[in-house]
Order: sequence, then structure tokens, then C-alpha cells
Amino acid sequence: MSTSEYGPLSLHVPEPAVRPGDTPDFSNVVIPKAGSVARPPIDVDPREIRDLAFSIIRVLNREGEAVGPWAGTLSDEELNEGLRHMMTLRAFDARMLMAQRQGKTSFYMQHMGEEAVSCAFRKALAPGDMNFPTYRQAGLLIAGGYPIVDMMNQIYSNEADPLKGRQLPIMYSSKEHGFFSISGNLGTQFIQAVGWAMASAIKNDSKIAVGWIGDGSTAESDFHAALVFASTYRAPVVLNIVNNQWAISTFQGIARGGSGTFAARALGFGIPALRVDGNDYPAVHAVAMWAAQRARRNLGPTLIEHVTYRVGAHSTSDDPSAYRPKEETEAWPLGDPVIRLKNHLIRKGIWSEERHRQLEAEILETVIGAQKEAEKHGTLHSGGKPSVRDMFEGVYAEMPPHLRRQRQQAGV
Amino acid sequence: MPRMTMIEAIRSAIDVSMERDDNVVVFGEDVGYFGGVFRCTQGLQRKYGRTRCFDTPISELGIVGAAIGMAAYGLRPCVEVQFADYVYPAYDQLVSEAARIRYRSNGQFTCPMVVRMPAGGGIFGGQTHSQSPEALFTHVCGLKVAVPSNPYDAKGLLIAAIEDPDPVIFLEPKRLYNGPFDGHHDRPVTPWSKHDLGEVPEGHFTVPLGSAAVRREGKDLTVLAYGTMVHVAQAAAEEVGIDAEIIDLRTLLPLDLEAIVASVKKTGRCVVVHEATLTSGFGAELAALVQEHCFFHLEAPIARVTGWDTPYPHAQEWDYFPGPKRVGEALLATMEA
Repeated sequence: MSTSEYGPLSLHVPEPAVRPGDTPDFSNVVIPKAGSVARPPIDVDPREIRDLAFSIIRVLNREGEAVGPWAGTLSDEELNEGLRHMMTLRAFDARMLMAQRQGKTSFYMQHMGEEAVSCAFRKALAPGDMNFPTYRQAGLLIAGGYPIVDMMNQIYSNEADPLKGRQLPIMYSSKEHGFFSISGNLGTQFIQAVGWAMASAIKNDSKIAVGWIGDGSTAESDFHAALVFASTYRAPVVLNIVNNQWAISTFQGIARGGSGTFAARALGFGIPALRVDGNDYPAVHAVAMWAAQRARRNLGPTLIEHVTYRVGAHSTSDDPSAYRPKEETEAWPLGDPVIRLKNHLIRKGIWSEERHRQLEAEILETVIGAQKEAEKHGTLHSGGKPSVRDMFEGVYAEMPPHLRRQRQQAGV
Repeated sequence: MPRMTMIEAIRSAIDVSMERDDNVVVFGEDVGYFGGVFRCTQGLQRKYGRTRCFDTPISELGIVGAAIGMAAYGLRPCVEVQFADYVYPAYDQLVSEAARIRYRSNGQFTCPMVVRMPAGGGIFGGQTHSQSPEALFTHVCGLKVAVPSNPYDAKGLLIAAIEDPDPVIFLEPKRLYNGPFDGHHDRPVTPWSKHDLGEVPEGHFTVPLGSAAVRREGKDLTVLAYGTMVHVAQAAAEEVGIDAEIIDLRTLLPLDLEAIVASVKKTGRCVVVHEATLTSGFGAELAALVQEHCFFHLEAPIARVTGWDTPYPHAQEWDYFPGPKRVGEALLATMEA
């Protein structure tokens, strides 16, 4: 070891402000007032809106009013529908979590607290657009009208599973619904979204692509590859970072490092970056519309950071009480997306507690009905299963001889 | 002697190594405060501080690349990749860098580091939590590859790997973390606390890289296995009543060829088993070596029992996994051949 007149070096390792047993503290999360962030024209020079990468676009205020320049992108019917989608996703999650605990499937990942992000974003897309989702965007399917019974069939890996039991539960795929096959590896699909968008541009098509990634996975090289390709080729793509504060046990400061925000990562690439209140359904929709319009008008990529909070565990294999205070969920300053939209609709005079309870009951009934239907086709360890033959199919378009031999050897 | 699970044995190996050598540092996704998703590094940050055991961003390339830089400085990083299925972003760093730094710099720079990763199936983990990529590493000149099958070996091999002057890929069969799983997924697994190889010394000891172990002596045929398949092969041999000699390779590179050759020359028959897919799997290398060295002693073709050549499926896990039934059939067929 050598010495220096400046004294010895030391390694900086970031730590979250609080750990289990401490009092939650989100004082470092600066929350601008709803309606306070400007809405630039979509052909704005990205250099003029660098501040949007450090603010948070919000529409719903504490009183439940929709305010400011980003408000007003949705009709009453659409807002109602949005509430229904989020509540459906929440009820779906609750039933599937329970099903996993009952041993009906091996694994599950829920969305609690993040429902607005995927449900609202989906409504800004057009038929033919393609999402490259992570494992926490099932709202894209629900809000896109994909049958929940098919989602359950996939989760149960049963005989009606559209993916024939090959994939881990919740790693859905639906080309028809603009939902690319989820890999399960982290970050890999962000750059694929850019490639898909470039293809659309090469073919002078009108479709756009949407990439999704978590705060933690922005550390993967794929994220950086996506930004450089999107920037260089001005790909018609919307790149979403869902910042839910936690990458399993690792707080977002580890992936973010010294950068002020995740959105700010885009600035060095000359890509416009917006931060949005991810628990604010109308705000997510407005920002998604803005970015999607930019892509559609050939103005290039946009990066959106959805600021939200993962209320539940990372997955059914995780226990967050080991690394963050239990009370943190309550302390999260952006509230609950379902309650906030509900309050907004009540404030508008088009909703009531009673109708909300009715809708909740109705949704639960629908979800239970779908679950019964799915379970007729089996669950992971009982009833109908995908065939063992299916295991050998689909590795190649045409089964090569060696695989044919192996299938024969397996006796199927 | 204390009893340990494989998780505890791995933790103990790292602890002993960190205690003995300040240059041993540990990092990876979730390994710091939380202690790893399988808890293999639990308590180490508290004991050794945040600059010797810490969380990293989710970047396997970053984890391995940073480890190479630290190793070049003179540290001995023992890093974790959360699942072997996630190692591919780091593959360039391993293949083009870690494996060749000693060679291309003529020893000016070296890369004494360990990359630990849970591997193998049996947990309904689907394509992204079940793979056995050992052959992707044994094919790379400059890397060593170890695969323990029990807590005792896990600790001894890991300490040897950390002390080794070259990069070591350390594949931990995750289905063995809590007990010697023999492929009978419908039966409870005996915990390591009730198994001889769950007895692990507290302190420092090594199991040298490159030495196989004979798990069962026999005269009928030789089974070459590693990791989970050692236990599957033992169960299979007992169930079909064949007096198999079961060799636990423990390290694939360097390989204990002497032990393999001595056994096959004695029995005249050889069955290779691994969880990984068949084509270009490590079994192909083993079969080639056995025929080169034992051809005139062989009384039957060398058989391979492996995972099928498909991505690891979810629902069909037990049709995919080379369990005791398939291994037993291969043993019988090899005896009759």
C-alpha cells in the first residue's frame, strides 16, 4: 500500500436511510405539487426540458382533483374503466397469491401499489403497438382485454396454458395483445423494444414499441445499449423505468448511484426524460400519451421514470420484512393508486363508496369465476397438464433428428 | 463435529476465508445487508463491514468485471451471481478477460477470483432458475470449474477455490442446499443434519480442486456424476440392484482422470449422468476421455443420461429432470449391452 498526502482512500457503499426497526423516512423524496409541472409541446427540443427529469408530473391533488396542464386526457368513462382495470388486477393478484400458497402453482409476483403504471399506460397505445414488459406489468394485459382465465391457465401451467407449461408462472406472452414474451432475465428486453421500433421505422410502418425495465435492472448493460440505439436511430419507442424503490432487498440508491434520478440517465443521450407519479392514473396516462405521440410522429424516443412503490414482496420467494421497515408502505408519500383514482371519481361526483363496494364484489365474482374455469383445466400439481410431447416441440421450427430421437427415448 | 446444510457450509467457507485473509471480498446482488437470496452470505456484512461484503447494482457484467479489476489489484474476490441462469451478461468478462489475463500478460496480471452461482433444477424454477451451464465454462481455457455435491465438499472446495491463483467457477446445486435430493421429488428429503457429509469442520480445511471422490464402491459399472446427480445415481443403483461404483467428480476442471480411468478399467462399463442438456455437454468430454483411456477395457458402449436438448420447462420438470428411473434404466441397459 502506498501513502498519499491526502490520506487513505475509502470505498463508498450507499445504504438506505432506514432498515427494519427504524422509522420510515421519505423526506428525501421531493414531491412537487400536483399540476405544477409544465407540459411542453411534443416536438420540444430535449435540451429545453432537462428539468422534467428531476421533477414529478402529477395530476391528482390531495383533494382528489385533477389539476394542471397534464390533466384532462381521459373521459369519465375512461377513468371509470381505469379504476375497474386496477381493481381487477388487484383482485387477480390476491387470488393468485392465495393459489400459490395453496400449492396450485410454484411462484407468483404481485403488483400491489403499482397497478396504475401498466393499466394507465396501456390506454395510450394503439392496436399493433408492442410492449416488451417485465414481470410486473400484467395491467397491460388486463387493460388490453386479454382474458384473465388465460392468464390463470398460464400461471397454473395446466392443459389450457397458452405457453404449454414451458414458462415460469406470470411470464406471459400474447402477440395479439401487443405483449412480447417475458424472458425473466433482467433488462434483456429493453434493447429489443428499440430494435422492434427501428424495424417499424425501416418498414415505414406506424406502430411503436414500448420498453419496460425496473429501477434495479437499469444497471444492466442492456439498458445502456437501448438508450444509445434509441438515441442514434431516433427509434419510435417509449422506454419506461418503473422505479418501485426496491430491487428485491436492494434499495434504489445502489442502481442509481450519484445520478439524481433514473430519468436523468437519458439526458446524456439527448433523449427527453419525464418523471411521473406512478400512483396517479391520469398522470401516467397523460405522460404515456405525450411520449407515444412523439414516437408516432417520428420525433424519436422518450424515457419515462414512473415513481412508485412496491408494496408487496418482490415475489412469493421473498420476505421484505428482512430488509425494510414494515411501516414503510404506509409512509410512502404518493399513496395508493386505486384509492386515489376512486377519490377523484367521487370528487367528480361520478362515483360513491357504495358503488365502489359493488364494483369490488362484482370484480371478485368475475375473478373467482375465471379461477374456477381455469382450475377445470388443472393446476400445477393436479388435473390436466400440458403433454410431455409439448416439451420437445417448439425448440426449432422443425424438430431436428437428435431431438426426435430423444423424444422417442422419452417414450412420448 | 458440527452439522451444516450446504448453505451454512458455504457461508462458513467464506467466513473462514475472510477471517484469514483481509483481501477476500464478497459482493453481488442482495448479498450485503440481506445476505443473499439463498442466505449464503448472511451475517458477513455485519461481521466484516460494508467494504468487504456489499450489495451491487444488478449487473452481472459489472460484478464479474469489477472482480477482475480487484483481483488484478491483488484482492481475492468471491462474488455471487444470483442464479447461474443470469451469468450470461458476464460471459464476455469471463471468457475474454478472466480466463486469459494470466496468459496474455505472461503472469504480470492474474485473476484469483471465485464466481459462485446456484445452478441446476428441481425447484420448479422454469427456464431462468434451473440451468446447468458448466460446459460453457469447461470449454474456456483458463477457468476452473467446481460442483460440490454435499456440505463437506462445498466448504472444502470453496476455500480451495478462494485460495486458488486462478479464476474458479463454483456451481452450487441449489436443490442440494438443504438435503441430498435423490430425484424422488414425491418424497421428503433427508436433511443434511442426518447425513454423514453434513458433518463439516468449523475451521479451515480444503478439498483440493482436481480430486474426485468414490461415493460408492462397486464392481458392475462406473457412474460418473457431479452435483445433484451423485445422489440420484446412488438411489438409482440401489433401486435396480446394480453394484455401481459411483464417482463424484467434484471438479470438472481440473478433472481427476486417474480416478475415472482406474474405476472404468476395473468395472469395464461406464454411465455418465448430468442435468445439463446432452449435446456438447460435459458428458461428451467424459465419454471421449473414457474411450481414449479405457477402450480395450470397455464391455459396453458408454451411456449418457442427461437433461433433454430443450430449454428447461416449467410444468414438465420431472419429465425433463434425469431422475432415478431414467438413470436406473441406463444402468440396466449398460449391464445388458
